[in-house]
Amino acid sequence: MSERLAVRKTYKLFIGGAFPRSESGRSYAVTSSKGDFLANASKASRKDARDAVAAARKAFPGWSSATAYNRGQILYRVAEMLEGRRAQFVAEVVDADGVTAKKAGELVDAAVDRLVWYAGWSDKIGAIRGSANPVAGPYFNLSTVEPTGVVAVVAPPMGPLLGLVSVIAPLIVTGNTCVVVASERAPLPSITLAEVLATSDLPGGVANILTGSAGEIAPWLAGHMDVNGIDLTGADADLAVRCEELAAENLKRVLRPAQDRIDWLADPGTDRMTAFLETKTVWHPIGV
Amino acid sequence: MFEYAPAPESREIVDIKPSYGLFIGGEWVDSQGEDHHKTINPASEEVLAEVAWATEADVDRAVQAARTAFTTWSALPGSERAKYIFRIARIIQERSRELAVLETLDNGKPIRESRDVDLPLVAAHFFYYAGWADKLGYAGFGSDPRPLGVAGQVIPWNFPLLMLAWKIAPALACGNTVVLKPAETTPLTALAFAEICRQADLPPGVVNIVTGAGETGAALVNHPGVDKVAFTGSTEVGRMIARSVAGTRKKLTLELGGKAANIVFEDAALDQAVEGIVNGIFFNQGHVCCAGSRLLVQESVADEVLDALKRRLSTLRLGDPMDKNTDIGAINSAAQLAKIRELSEAGVTEGAERWSPPCPIPDRGFWFPPTVFTGVAQSHRIAREEIFGPVLSVLTFRTPAEAVEKANNTPYGLSAGIWTEKGSRILWMADRLRAGVVWANTFNRFDPTSPFGGFKESGYGREGGRHGLEAYLAV
Repeated sequence: MSERLAVRKTYKLFIGGAFPRSESGRSYAVTSSKGDFLANASKASRKDARDAVAAARKAFPGWSSATAYNRGQILYRVAEMLEGRRAQFVAEVVDADGVTAKKAGELVDAAVDRLVWYAGWSDKIGAIRGSANPVAGPYFNLSTVEPTGVVAVVAPPMGPLLGLVSVIAPLIVTGNTCVVVASERAPLPSITLAEVLATSDLPGGVANILTGSAGEIAPWLAGHMDVNGIDLTGADADLAVRCEELAAENLKRVLRPAQDRIDWLADPGTDRMTAFLETKTVWHPIGV
Repeated sequence: MFEYAPAPESREIVDIKPSYGLFIGGEWVDSQGEDHHKTINPASEEVLAEVAWATEADVDRAVQAARTAFTTWSALPGSERAKYIFRIARIIQERSRELAVLETLDNGKPIRESRDVDLPLVAAHFFYYAGWADKLGYAGFGSDPRPLGVAGQVIPWNFPLLMLAWKIAPALACGNTVVLKPAETTPLTALAFAEICRQADLPPGVVNIVTGAGETGAALVNHPGVDKVAFTGSTEVGRMIARSVAGTRKKLTLELGGKAANIVFEDAALDQAVEGIVNGIFFNQGHVCCAGSRLLVQESVADEVLDALKRRLSTLRLGDPMDKNTDIGAINSAAQLAKIRELSEAGVTEGAERWSPPCPIPDRGFWFPPTVFTGVAQSHRIAREEIFGPVLSVLTFRTPAEAVEKANNTPYGLSAGIWTEKGSRILWMADRLRAGVVWANTFNRFDPTSPFGGFKESGYGREGGRHGLEAYLAV
């Protein structure tokens, strides 16, 4: 009796909550760390990048004005969905990184835990980053944090799941929406993560994921006038400089690549959240 | 309008030298270049002094001095740094009248404003950040946050000494040393500040002042020995700086232009709102990045507000900035006056209606009367571009949602104003306005404890408050 032929998954992009192929019709072959063919991933075009920005912009008013409690619950829900697909992610991380199943399991667990950690920040970041300011006069004066807007992300090439989760979660938990360029080398876990996001009550467009060439896509996003910030964590030195120069055109907030190799298993701190927060200060006179 | 007898402030209190060198390493030194420029009183075009325009070599010398000083300054206990900064605050208070007069002479702003707004805020800013110097471990940036190193700071001409304070006070408190370039048209109070550093016995090289124009500024921000760049000025220059630091590890904060909406609802206390509109756009001749340059007034009260506004503007007194009764002083420079004229003419050409009160203009100096444009469309240049002068563009709206839409319809996001007696509406509006500072039933208030800075193309980073420390710490 012959072995049953597996039904393979088609890996597509994730834009506005839907899974389109690249409008360009382009794809590229993704191989395992050993060089075996895994799948053809979509190779996003400039038009795809612009569609993703438009979707992220459209999602921003609703997501940024959702209550912090609501955003926290949705991130927690993402963690729940990820946990439920643990075996699938372990297999994908083994394929992508050539690590043992045990190590891959640790990385997937850490990704779930990271989501839970950030979920809890939704209604606390304002308390540690905002302030009531004792101005020298009869005024009520309060500083609060607000999301920057639409943020582009070059995801780290290493850590196709944990690294990816670690850059997306801090952006969206505070109310930003994002367009993520997944690891070019290992994009498959990002699309599986998109399936998790799509089934976690996360509104369409809050997180958009593009696969393909970071060297092509990132500059399009860095120069896009409706993108408010860019996280260059996964960009190599040349790409990062090019993107930072392009980002100056509309004064995007830029998070530069780290100087040292990032340990994704370490405590991430609050920097990834605060890099894409704005402080708004409201004054009102006090009187009768 | 009542006739007022002249009430000029005496200029005897200031002692302006005929020429100034650069303040580097605690000493006055000559520029290595030959380029000297005259700084003038914009109200009379009288030459006040000659200042050096620092060359790349001068800037390099200043950065080296700051680098040398950094080792000891950053190693001082915070409590010792604090005492130096407190000293500076006290000397500013002691010499505040002199500094106010000097500011008004060099800048053209009314003495009433330099005396009652600028100088008190300058002293308060140093006093506030002095107190942070030994408490940085409690600021939420880790238990022992480190300074960045040498800060290169470039400031504008609209609030010369106040912008210096916003830049230098937090930098020093955090343990950085600085090289500061004042604006080319208003160098004198920064040079007076150098003397204050000497009176305070501030260690040489902790503060260095290099005068000059754009090229000096470019040499400073591009210097490889600078670890931090702080700039306040136009969005156009801000963009250039953001591009130039790409690929470096320099930390950058930018406080750039604005085109703030000042939104008046029909239920506002209209008399107060009119005062707020006047303060919003005519304070400091409108040379204010956060000026309320777009008045959005609810249609139902538009005529009433405009009538009251025009009545009020007819009582403003334009003239000698040194006169204590003057409301509107001189435009800072011929170049700025030309820009204001050009944009105002564009307003007329594009179809808006221009109005100014009858207003005698002095023969000498740079002046522009308070001006109101009605019938302004959102597409007009005067509704989109920063004029940086006493020119108000009036637009109307019907619903709160429309007010939000129009207010946010700008690449800028520095400030906004809301005038209504309904508290829930204030908060609803404040939530939706994409601006770093929102003044409700007030406008143009500043305080060292209150973070200031913009969204979008108005720049990034905050100055003031605990937030302002972040710009000068390695976090």
